[in-house]
Amino acid sequence: MEDKKINSDTSRAPKSVKPHTIKIEDTDGIGGKVKVTIDGVDVRVPFGTTILDAAKMINVHIPTLCHHEDLCVAGVCRVCVVDVEGQRTLQASCAYPITQPIVVHTTSPKVRRARRNIIDLLLSKHYGECYSCVRNNNCELQTLAKEYGVDKYRFGHITERRHEVDNSSYALRRDMDKCVLCRRCVRTCIDLQEVGVLGAIGRGDETVIGTFMDKPLADVICINCGQCINRCPTGALQANDPSDEIWNAIDDPKKHVVIQTAPSPRAGIGEEFGLEPGVPLTFEMNTALRRCGFDKVFDTNFTADLTIIEEGTELILRLYNALVKKDPQIALPQFTSCSPGWVKYIEHFYPEYLAHVSSSKSPQQMFGAVIKTYYAQINNIDPADIVTVALMPCSAKKFECNRPEMSDSGYKDVDYGLTTRELAQMIREAGIDLPRIPKSDFDDPFGSATGSGVIFGATGGVMEAALRTVFELVTGQIADPDALAGQVSEIRGFDGIKYKELTLPEKLGPVPDILRMNKDVPFDSWDWLSGATLKLAVAHGTANAKKVLDDIIAGGKFSECHFIEFMACPGGCLGGGGQPIPTTPEIRKARAKAIYSEDQAYEIRKSHDNPAVVELYVKFLTEGPNGHLAHKLLHTHYTPRGKYIA
Amino acid sequence: MSERKGYILFIDVEPNTGLKKALTKKRTEVIADIRNSGLKGRGGAGFPTGVKWNLAASASSDTKYVVCNADEGEPGTFKDRVILSEYTDDLLEGITIAGYAIGAETGIIYLRGEYEYLKKQIVDTIDKRRSEGWLGKNVGGKEVFNFDIEIRMGSGAYVCGEETALIESLEGQRGEPRNRPPFPVNTGFMGCPTIVNNVETLVTASRIIAKGVDWFTKYGIDKSTGTKVYSISGDCEKPGVYEFNIGITIAELLKEVGGGNAKAVVMGGASGRVVPAKDFAKTVAYVDAPTGGSVIVLGQERDMLDVAENFLEFFVEESCGQCTPCREGNPLLLDGVKRLKNGTCSMEYLQELMSLAETMQLASKCGLGQSSPNAFLSIIEHFETEIFGRVPVM
Amino acid sequence: MLMTERQTQADTIEALAKKFGKDRTGLMPILQEIQAKYKHISDFAMQEIARELDIHPVEVYSVISFYAFLRSKQTGKFVIRLCRTLSCEMAGKKRVARQLENELGVAFGETTSDGRFTLEYANCLGLCDQGPAMLVNDVAFTEVTPEKVHEIIQECKRTFSVYAQEVQKHV
Repeated sequence: MEDKKINSDTSRAPKSVKPHTIKIEDTDGIGGKVKVTIDGVDVRVPFGTTILDAAKMINVHIPTLCHHEDLCVAGVCRVCVVDVEGQRTLQASCAYPITQPIVVHTTSPKVRRARRNIIDLLLSKHYGECYSCVRNNNCELQTLAKEYGVDKYRFGHITERRHEVDNSSYALRRDMDKCVLCRRCVRTCIDLQEVGVLGAIGRGDETVIGTFMDKPLADVICINCGQCINRCPTGALQANDPSDEIWNAIDDPKKHVVIQTAPSPRAGIGEEFGLEPGVPLTFEMNTALRRCGFDKVFDTNFTADLTIIEEGTELILRLYNALVKKDPQIALPQFTSCSPGWVKYIEHFYPEYLAHVSSSKSPQQMFGAVIKTYYAQINNIDPADIVTVALMPCSAKKFECNRPEMSDSGYKDVDYGLTTRELAQMIREAGIDLPRIPKSDFDDPFGSATGSGVIFGATGGVMEAALRTVFELVTGQIADPDALAGQVSEIRGFDGIKYKELTLPEKLGPVPDILRMNKDVPFDSWDWLSGATLKLAVAHGTANAKKVLDDIIAGGKFSECHFIEFMACPGGCLGGGGQPIPTTPEIRKARAKAIYSEDQAYEIRKSHDNPAVVELYVKFLTEGPNGHLAHKLLHTHYTPRGKYIA
Repeated sequence: MSERKGYILFIDVEPNTGLKKALTKKRTEVIADIRNSGLKGRGGAGFPTGVKWNLAASASSDTKYVVCNADEGEPGTFKDRVILSEYTDDLLEGITIAGYAIGAETGIIYLRGEYEYLKKQIVDTIDKRRSEGWLGKNVGGKEVFNFDIEIRMGSGAYVCGEETALIESLEGQRGEPRNRPPFPVNTGFMGCPTIVNNVETLVTASRIIAKGVDWFTKYGIDKSTGTKVYSISGDCEKPGVYEFNIGITIAELLKEVGGGNAKAVVMGGASGRVVPAKDFAKTVAYVDAPTGGSVIVLGQERDMLDVAENFLEFFVEESCGQCTPCREGNPLLLDGVKRLKNGTCSMEYLQELMSLAETMQLASKCGLGQSSPNAFLSIIEHFETEIFGRVPVM
Repeated sequence: MLMTERQTQADTIEALAKKFGKDRTGLMPILQEIQAKYKHISDFAMQEIARELDIHPVEVYSVISFYAFLRSKQTGKFVIRLCRTLSCEMAGKKRVARQLENELGVAFGETTSDGRFTLEYANCLGLCDQGPAMLVNDVAFTEVTPEKVHEIIQECKRTFSVYAQEVQKHV
């Protein structure tokens, strides 16, 4: 039924706390479509369509603020009010479902006056100046002010701070003085992500968005996913920006500043420079980074490939010990560990399941550890002089690199996590017109990467990359990535939870050399996997992760899985909290397209074929995957944090 | 029983007369009676009760609820306190009739936290009725009519008198009004069809069933049938709760309560209107339709800006804070009143504020925001001479 | 908070959740009972309630912060709420307010240093025909005069250990 979505959307209350559905009954038996007249234009819309959506169908622009495509309807900002004939008051078009023929005026004098007054009200309490704001030129309030020709503060303008900026978190910065109380962040945190850190506190004109007992963000159970930042219409939420420190390091001649770049920022950064979503600028970005002054530009895909080898080996060992050795201590399914938002989520919400999380570090942290050891060694650089920067689509990466355990190189493995948005700012500051500069390649020795690394950026990507490698290493047959993609098409795309069973052939190949490097691998043939069926799942967005974990606890089908990929952010890294603003389902789709097309452009598309990875094992990690040194540098442990807030 | 003088509500009726009669009728006949009586909601919004019941009755759902709105919070309103304490049994009877009419099995009384001291009596009366068979399984011996009533307390939030905010509160949420549609008759408590009726409405409904539609429609005027219970306070000799025929003029009302020398009256509380003496010949129904029944009498020496200031302070605190016009608008109107008091509000700025007040009326999410500027606007309209060019009090 | 106190609170909350249903509709009555018992809802209690009802602690805090009668910070044994709405204002609320401040030595919104009294304003108590009105905990006092304020406070102090419900008999 068409009205299913709107039914659950028209309530103010978060969906997560509503066990029941909100329904609008078609009591008049109108059924299918309803006629609506908007500014004199007739259009027939499905029963229950909102006025806002109906207006979009005929290209009538209605301004919005609290509305966001990813979130349930709030109807609180009142910017989108319209005049519905026969109604005494104006109606919020985002929340008004059309259930009978109505006549709507979207720009009557009454409406324009009301919108102008509402915008002036919002501005009266919005502290600060646009030119000193991170969201200057990308702020929905600023856009509204421009749209409605605000030329003075009719209801005054606050000039004193009322709130302290919460700077406690490594990842996020919260400035309530810029908040317009649209509550998108609350709906993101509670409904979309089901983390539940932010809520509306107080009432009346004292209402603020706050945390449990107004504690600093660092002291509550924030997972740093940054999805709230992507949905904030103003500068009230932003990532903690390290670019000043990075510039300082670049300017310091003693420092050797190395940057690794993850796949998703390439797919998104063009949006910061006015391009349509979905135009990758990988190689332009390399040139820009060098012009900014980075000494080396590496590809995080290299350690994504390394992750596949380490995590894949770990999975195979778990499977062997559980299935063949019947060791009851072995935790299956194995969970991926590359999303730091997800890792912190499980540390808080399901600490008893931490044994399931792969001990492999994320690609970012593997890279940092390799650079400050192997890279420093072969280039004869004092690791103390190396500054490693990680360009990530992610705000949680800022927290991850500051975890105390992330210093296995003897130094802080990754010094700074930089988001796509922050790099775009640095590039602009350096006077570089990114879309129009020459392309250049990554630096060696970690410049070679595979398509497997690239697809890490999309939900299902880690799973698919792992399958490419596992399939080939286990069967001994050359796997065609596109054919494989067709075979496991279920794990691509944006369904919240994806499930796939994959049966291995009876006849399997020899155990490959790379695994044999590790003398502790306890088997010398794949016989035990012959004809086995692998059960795999993928979940993105922590709300979906919660569903999968609850199913595991209840002993459902996911408890029988062998391997599950979890990503904290909807859409995976390409929808990360450090990506360009705004984000919508369409934008995420476009970025995914960019990522998959880039994968196809690679000559090498399987992690184990990456020559630099093979070389690293041959020359440095000589005990092979999951060997002693690999364990020291490339693996980590987790902290059961729990939910209790002291 | 009460010593109060009345016509419909404040009269003695043999307990359960209405309920017994209702149980002999079909559900649709009960609703038809209420509809034909012309009864409108007595809480303030004035929605036809029979229509509301019929919508809930015809909504398809196995579970439905009757909610009695006993969250009377409008400044100057206290008639429900009196009805709750003096006509408890009649109220429970009315809730039960409503439950029968719409096909509900559960009634919930949402009692404001300020009336905690009434809770015990209500609970005791519920228990008594249950032991007498007027609540519980097969109510009044009627097969397959099971109905019980529970009581839930508010915790100090005026906005919870708004029906969707009240439902939010019942669901354990902040009392923030919902978007409408959908309306509670379709999607109310726990997503089920729910009628939310005021205390007075429910007692009146039980009277209508007990004594008949014709008896009821003898009272009132035109389309406003019946009587209304008023809460009268302020500068008068006999403040209290009165039942008057709908159609009484303000002057007549003031005479009854000894408030003849009033300068103005506030009709409908903080969200109502201030009526100057020149309009006292008008009927209460005319200036205050629909009405919650609050009348605050203002004597000659009262400063109208004090009234506006008091009400706006009230709204600044009691706004739920979710929608922009109400949350940000009320503090600005309050500031405007302070400026007027200090003689520092220009005509230009006052006009901006009046435009803002109009926006609040039109664009706020719920009735609270929509009616919060009413007193401000009516004071500006009627008491110009008191407002401009004031010398601030040092 | 001592571990044993915590345990008692946790047990109380568990029992209340059982009584009112382990879903969110039980939230308000649970909060009201905890508030009545402990004079506030501690951050520990909030988290226990959140756990029992399977909601987020910030949602519990959000709800508490919305309702004037629910408190996340300790209040006095006696919470005095003086009505400040128009009818009571016109009936002489100002002088009663001043006398309350004088008697208690604190301003509105504050708690006495001995933790006995919290003084605050309330919006319309529905006793407009008998103003000025105030609530001492759940007990209503009407037509309060400055002289009566002194008596009420004295009675509260005398009956300190048995709560204000007892006070009504005397005043």
